[in-house]
Amino acid sequence: MPDGSATDRIAYSAPIGDEVKTTTCYMCACRCGIRVHLKDGRVRYIEGNPDHPVNRGVLCGKGSAGIMTHYAPARLTAPLLRVGPRGSGEFREISWEEAMETATSWLREVRERDPRRLAFFTGRDQSQSLTGFWAAQFGTPNFAAHGGFCSVNMAAGGLYTVGGSFWEFGEPDWEHARYFMMFGVAEDHDSNPMKLGIARLKARGAKVVSVNPVRTGYSAVADEWVGIRPGTDGLFIMALIHELLREGRVDDQFLIRYTNAPWLVVQNAGGADHGLFARDDQGRPLAFDRARGAIAADAADLSPLLVGEVTLPDGRRARPVFELMAARYLDPAYAPEAVADRCGIPAHRIRRLAREMASIAFDQPVELPIPWTDVWGRRHPTMLGRPVAFHAMRGISAHSNGFHTCRALHLLQMLLGAVDTPGSWRYKSPFPRPIPPGPGPAGKGSRPNTPLSGNILAFPQGPEDLLVEPDGTPIRIDHAFSWEAPLALHGMMHSVIGNAARGDPYRIEVLFLFMANMAWNSAMNPLETIRCLTARDASGEYVIPRVIYSDAYFSETVPYADLILPDTTYLERWDCISLLDRPIGSAHGPADAIRQPVVKPDRDVRPFQEVLIELGARLGLPAFVKEDGSPRYRDYADYMVHHERAPGIGPLAGWRGADGTKHGVGEPNPDQLRRYIENGCFWRHHLAPEESYFKHANRLYLENAKAMGLLGKAEQIVLQIYSEPLQKFRLAAEGHGPIQPPDHLRARLIAYCDPLPIWYEPLEQAAQGEGLQAYPFSAVTQRPMAMYHSWGSMNAWLRQIHGANKLYLSRARAEAMGIAADDWVWVESPHGRVKAQVALMEGVQPDTVWTWNAIGKRAGAWALTPDAPEATRGFLLNHVISEWLPAQAGPRLANADPITGQAAWYDLRVRIVACAPEEAGATEPRPEPLSPPPGLPPRPSILRYNAGQPR
Amino acid sequence: MTSLPEPQPGAKKLGLVIDLDTCVGCHACATNCKEWNTSGHMAPLPDHNPYSAGAEGVWFNRVHSYEAGEGEAGRTVHFPRSCLHCEQPACVTVCPTGASYKRAEDGIVLVNTDICIGCQLCAWACPYGAREFDEDAGVMKKCTLCIDRIYNETIPEAQRVPACVATCPAQARHFGDLGDPDSAVSKLVAERGGIALMPELGYAPVNRYLPPRRRAPAPDPGPPRDPGPLPSQIKNPLLRWVDKVLSR
Amino acid sequence: MKPALSIVFFTVASGAGYGLLFWLGLLLPAGLLPMAGWFGVAGVAVALGLISAGLLSSLAHLGRPERAWRALSQWRSSWLSREGVAALATFAPAGVFFLALLAGREGVAAPAGLLAAVGAAATVYCTGMIYASLKPIRQWHHPLVVPGYLLFGAFTGAVLLALLAAAFGLGAGPALLAALLGAAGLALKRAYWASVDAGPPIATVESATGLGFIGRVRPLDPPHTETNYLLREMAFRIARVHAARLRRIVLSAGFMLPALLLVAAALFGGGGALLLTWAAALLALGGMLVERWLMFAEATHTVTLYYRGGSV
Ligand SMILES: Nc1nc2c(c(=O)[nH]1)N[C@H]1C(S)=C(S)[C@@H](COP(=O)(O)OP(=O)(O)OC[C@H]3O[C@@H](n4cnc5c(=O)[nH]c(N)nc54)[C@H](O)[C@@H]3O)O[C@H]1N2
Ligand SMILES: Nc1nc2c(c(=O)[nH]1)N[C@H]1C(S)=C(S)[C@@H](COP(=O)(O)OP(=O)(O)OC[C@H]3O[C@@H](n4cnc5c(=O)[nH]c(N)nc54)[C@H](O)[C@@H]3O)O[C@H]1N2
Ligand code: SF4
Ligand code: SF4
Ligand code: SF4
Ligand code: SF4
Ligand code: SF4
Ligand SMILES: [Mo]
Repeated sequence: MPDGSATDRIAYSAPIGDEVKTTTCYMCACRCGIRVHLKDGRVRYIEGNPDHPVNRGVLCGKGSAGIMTHYAPARLTAPLLRVGPRGSGEFREISWEEAMETATSWLREVRERDPRRLAFFTGRDQSQSLTGFWAAQFGTPNFAAHGGFCSVNMAAGGLYTVGGSFWEFGEPDWEHARYFMMFGVAEDHDSNPMKLGIARLKARGAKVVSVNPVRTGYSAVADEWVGIRPGTDGLFIMALIHELLREGRVDDQFLIRYTNAPWLVVQNAGGADHGLFARDDQGRPLAFDRARGAIAADAADLSPLLVGEVTLPDGRRARPVFELMAARYLDPAYAPEAVADRCGIPAHRIRRLAREMASIAFDQPVELPIPWTDVWGRRHPTMLGRPVAFHAMRGISAHSNGFHTCRALHLLQMLLGAVDTPGSWRYKSPFPRPIPPGPGPAGKGSRPNTPLSGNILAFPQGPEDLLVEPDGTPIRIDHAFSWEAPLALHGMMHSVIGNAARGDPYRIEVLFLFMANMAWNSAMNPLETIRCLTARDASGEYVIPRVIYSDAYFSETVPYADLILPDTTYLERWDCISLLDRPIGSAHGPADAIRQPVVKPDRDVRPFQEVLIELGARLGLPAFVKEDGSPRYRDYADYMVHHERAPGIGPLAGWRGADGTKHGVGEPNPDQLRRYIENGCFWRHHLAPEESYFKHANRLYLENAKAMGLLGKAEQIVLQIYSEPLQKFRLAAEGHGPIQPPDHLRARLIAYCDPLPIWYEPLEQAAQGEGLQAYPFSAVTQRPMAMYHSWGSMNAWLRQIHGANKLYLSRARAEAMGIAADDWVWVESPHGRVKAQVALMEGVQPDTVWTWNAIGKRAGAWALTPDAPEATRGFLLNHVISEWLPAQAGPRLANADPITGQAAWYDLRVRIVACAPEEAGATEPRPEPLSPPPGLPPRPSILRYNAGQPR
Repeated sequence: MTSLPEPQPGAKKLGLVIDLDTCVGCHACATNCKEWNTSGHMAPLPDHNPYSAGAEGVWFNRVHSYEAGEGEAGRTVHFPRSCLHCEQPACVTVCPTGASYKRAEDGIVLVNTDICIGCQLCAWACPYGAREFDEDAGVMKKCTLCIDRIYNETIPEAQRVPACVATCPAQARHFGDLGDPDSAVSKLVAERGGIALMPELGYAPVNRYLPPRRRAPAPDPGPPRDPGPLPSQIKNPLLRWVDKVLSR
Repeated sequence: MKPALSIVFFTVASGAGYGLLFWLGLLLPAGLLPMAGWFGVAGVAVALGLISAGLLSSLAHLGRPERAWRALSQWRSSWLSREGVAALATFAPAGVFFLALLAGREGVAAPAGLLAAVGAAATVYCTGMIYASLKPIRQWHHPLVVPGYLLFGAFTGAVLLALLAAAFGLGAGPALLAALLGAAGLALKRAYWASVDAGPPIATVESATGLGFIGRVRPLDPPHTETNYLLREMAFRIARVHAARLRRIVLSAGFMLPALLLVAAALFGGGGALLLTWAAALLALGGMLVERWLMFAEATHTVTLYYRGGSV
């Protein structure tokens, strides 16, 4: 008789594969280190690299499904030239030579006439230091990546306040925090570090609080869930601030040492200097010392006045920042009772939360026995920290009041003394940076065949840095850095296509997109975007004449481009996760990483970066050619090693210098990539304990950071409670100064360019006025942990987890409306309606509905059959969002934060209407199925992936 | 042999301990399991209709989400579900062929796909839905507790744990010998009151789930320590800072 | 549970076949029905035919039918294996019984018949135990399930016996026997349904997840947005009204009517009796198919708790 245990042959010690290579994951932008096991040249297994600083061996749901993304049948296979009308999907396969020559001829013509007529926008790539540099070399100011619709509110709010930011530039002190409050985070860019960190906090018994209208994911494991009403976090935070101030529970010491709390602000209502810092003749801000009067605020032994009006030596009146701040938030308008209803959080709970964090911060501080030296040269025997850490992301960012809300949160941190101290939120290297770093953005005076000098995306300090014509017209196609969005640090990708279609402020010739699915889920309104991409002028020409796009897969945007430059997958190319861009540094020190090709492409595709470098050479962009006009770089790997942005500073910081002994700054090292590969494809530098906290005022840290090229000057970075650049914009709007905004924007600028954090009703909601009552629900999206935007639907495993999405409604509210689980409803906004199937839940703020982001797909895309649930039951909330604010007087304005231009995805308000019975069963709108481009392989009906099986 | 091994006192009982208090529902354990096993001992784990409607594949681990309790007082709980390597696994005893078996040496419940006839009776017998029928090959498959990892001498010793455990970003999964009361996992179970699922059915699962921690009502942090007048007595709290002498 | 048609057919056909074999093996040696002549031969042939068809149909349920022989190995623990062994073992005396009847060797036929009857009963018992031993399915893990299998096999077998007896003009005894068994079947089925309907759940989503201490547990998201094998197999659901109607059909068309028709046949005799018995047999077998289908359709598996919550 056969016997199971006897005949079941188990190969206990079968080697995983025949080869293993390290590289960096790119199933999302978190940049985890991976080890890729290969068997007979096929990918057998991808696991987390245990030595890697980002993920320390773990891998998320997406990263673990990398094999299916790498081998997806939706991969593009060859360069394509459009032959039918846009959207038809009719393409001709062409050679790379033809593709490069076509792109070069289109671009050359633009560059010779007017480089602004190229708009080059990229998605969530990690090569913005290359793409931005390329754009500047080309000479167009019309460059940005996706940050404008993503999280620029967090970036700008942070960089203009604390010189670092949430997003991916800061992290809680996972080792020492005792209290962690997260705002509006479902997944984050730091996917794995966040999960690892929360696990550590919970294991230690630290309290985790999640402020979020929805209780899933991190909110589900939080010790306390605060189900806030969307868009009201600013009020909630200001009520916490009110309580701390009222109870006197603030870290005065921290404020006077590290923030501009003691700086004096000129009080001269109506004057051109009103609200600016009082400065000495060297431009140094003044504070009022109790013994010496108004002196430079950076004096080591300052004993500042924090409250009271003073007279400056020149006779002007001034008040300390602290007083202005405290007076504002002590106002009863910010008392918990005053905000409770609006936020949907009872007043006693707000008060309790304020007390709770104060108690941890002040009664249970963390003191590390690490001596250190501050910027004044004073030695401190220990590091005293406030173990209250915060993190915030798109729940705050994706609102039109997000910039100020983010600033309010940083203010809360400062009051608690919880910025880069033990136990608090910490800067990730290479931050902190000066506030703001300057110089302003490049882009003025674009001329034919001439590079722009400087960074296209940079930091305006005041009106003089804005990219506007003398009459106030925006210089950029997306209107970034204009009076419509003065601190649009990351550009406004969401406005590009709409403005280009309208010729506002001018027509463009070539739209060049990379890795952004702009015709679908990254469009605020996909059908409107498609209309713009296919609009024709009187002569029958497309109003956006040429669209070049690089994607690796058959996304919804591919059919709308004229020339497709197919990219490789992440396992097939070199990449550079650079300190010049979005590196993998942590609070423990700077770090960067590379991707190396672990398998060879089996299609006629090329890495986009390499293509871009070659295009640069073909166009003769000075930085990409040698003196004799020949290409300067062989390929991207060559660029990574040999490009120098400034002498000794290149894309990679590790193993520089001829012999690889220098870090940060040093001559190019031809052997650099080998050194990276030997080290698991990353480089990291550990900060000494002494320089690992108080980095904004830690002398050793600042000096070392300067030596490493991370900072220009080793000077204290004073945290900005009061933001002078904002006041400068406001003064201009009040009529001061030579650079003046157009009249239709004056009131808006005066209202929103407040130098202290404010809260206001989200713009779109305010603009709807009374009409808003017809739309009782806030509607938001969340990122599913097991799907990355649109690019997981071609993944055979991930799409089983999220093949369709439902609209989640509060059970009680739904029952009151007679709506049951799985019913079909219309989600209606003033901009349209979309049909969805309902799911009911308890853990959602009752006036909020939500769904998973980007699960809905257009039929036919991603090499899925048109009957795929993604297209029939999946839906995009984007169909009911608008990229523009409701019509007001004057030119149209983006549905965005008025300071940063951040797209306001989550300001959406909707009503829910039950479907008629005959309407149930499938989502709507359901645009025509897309036809696949040529070259896609057949789809198997059964997938039997087994790398161990000989084919 | 589908008769169960005689229970030996102190016998090894390898299994998983899953912490429902920290599982964030990321599905990493599910996809990593799929990735490991599709080229592993029970390869492949096929997917039907992978790129069209009705996509469904063989997964040894599936992550559910639940809500327990009402409104704000309730909790959302993410809940991974895989084979529990029961001590009284009827999935084994019902098997007519001997394909299903429970190993005496470590308690792992396995299927020998070379002799399985695909009668699916074991799937009926498993209360937990942990059996996965490979309709393509016509045989039953299931979680192997990563038998080809945990004893794999080509893998560094510290990493000889199941794929789902190694990958879990929230560190919510633990692997070890639940037969040894002194093992780390047994201690964890004791400490946190780890539970067995559906104990009333008598399958005696080896895997344990650590229930979500009961949340103490938020402690009152007490009155502020500020020795000054009570907040309510200060008409204008700003005055507090007027004469406060502070120096850097 | 999803009614697996191959298994529904298998249990009905083989149940009737074993029932018939049982009665022939018992009643012929006992001299209550004639050994000589074609009656016994035809009867055993029909029984073996039904049994073989059933067994063949059951192979269709297997993922790997070519390996079916392996199912005989685990008789020490597995009721399915035991069923296989019993079924095969029963073929031996049944075959001998058949040949002996054919050859007119009554001395051999009698013990062989008795053995075949024992084998038939044992096989059906094993079949019943396969279901009755499955704890995750409350409606199957029930003390009346095995008696049900035995009784329904005996009933359908007796109906066929009555049909044959009528065809051979052998009197009304078998018809009365069948009518009696029909009445008993009806009573048992009613008792079974009353019991399972009133029975407490065996498990709840709270116990399946261990989360009951927090409060009522409701599924929020399934692991996958499309269906899967387990759900198709175990989460089959039949509407209440539908089930009630089918139950009425089983009781009336499957038990009551055949029993009445058989009584009528016994009373009237003659050519009409044959016709009535035919009708009874068709109704009984048809009713049994519905009963088996319902047996699956109404069965709930604990795995559904993970997807739908509630209790089973
Ligand atoms: N309703 C709603 N909409 C949103 C958001 C929201 O929260 N709610 N979030 C917004 C935010 S923050 C973002 S960042 C955007 C993201 O939206 P997108 O930036 O459009 O992101 P993806 O959908 O991932 O599309 C990126 C494209 O890159 C392609 N791609 C993937 N890998 C590669 C590669 O290796 N090379 C190349 N060349 N291409 C590749 C994919 O095929 C895909 O077409 O969505 C925005 N849209
Ligand atoms: N798995 C996965 N990881 C990703 C991505 C992905 O697509 N998939 N995308 C990446 C990208 S591009 C980005 S930008 C990041 C974004 O990472 P997250 O910031 O985590 O992005 P969201 O999923 O948009 O989460 C927003 C959260 O805010 C909540 N929310 C909405 N409105 C409010 C509000 O007014 N107040 C508060 N307090 N909360 C609110 C929502 O319920 C949701 O939980 O994730 C990155 N990581
Ligand atoms: S978080 Fe996941 S997908 Fe993103 S890089 Fe890390 S492992 Fe890859
Ligand atoms: S969980 Fe199911 S498959 Fe696993 S041992 Fe227990 S009964 Fe068997
Ligand atoms: S399906 Fe295979 S493993 Fe399961 S009971 Fe049948 S023979 Fe045994
Ligand atoms: S132990 Fe291995 S086979 Fe089992 S669920 Fe975990 S990864 Fe999958
Ligand atoms: S990997 Fe860990 S956190 Fe993620 S679903 Fe699995 S158990 Fe939960
Ligand atoms: Mo984003």
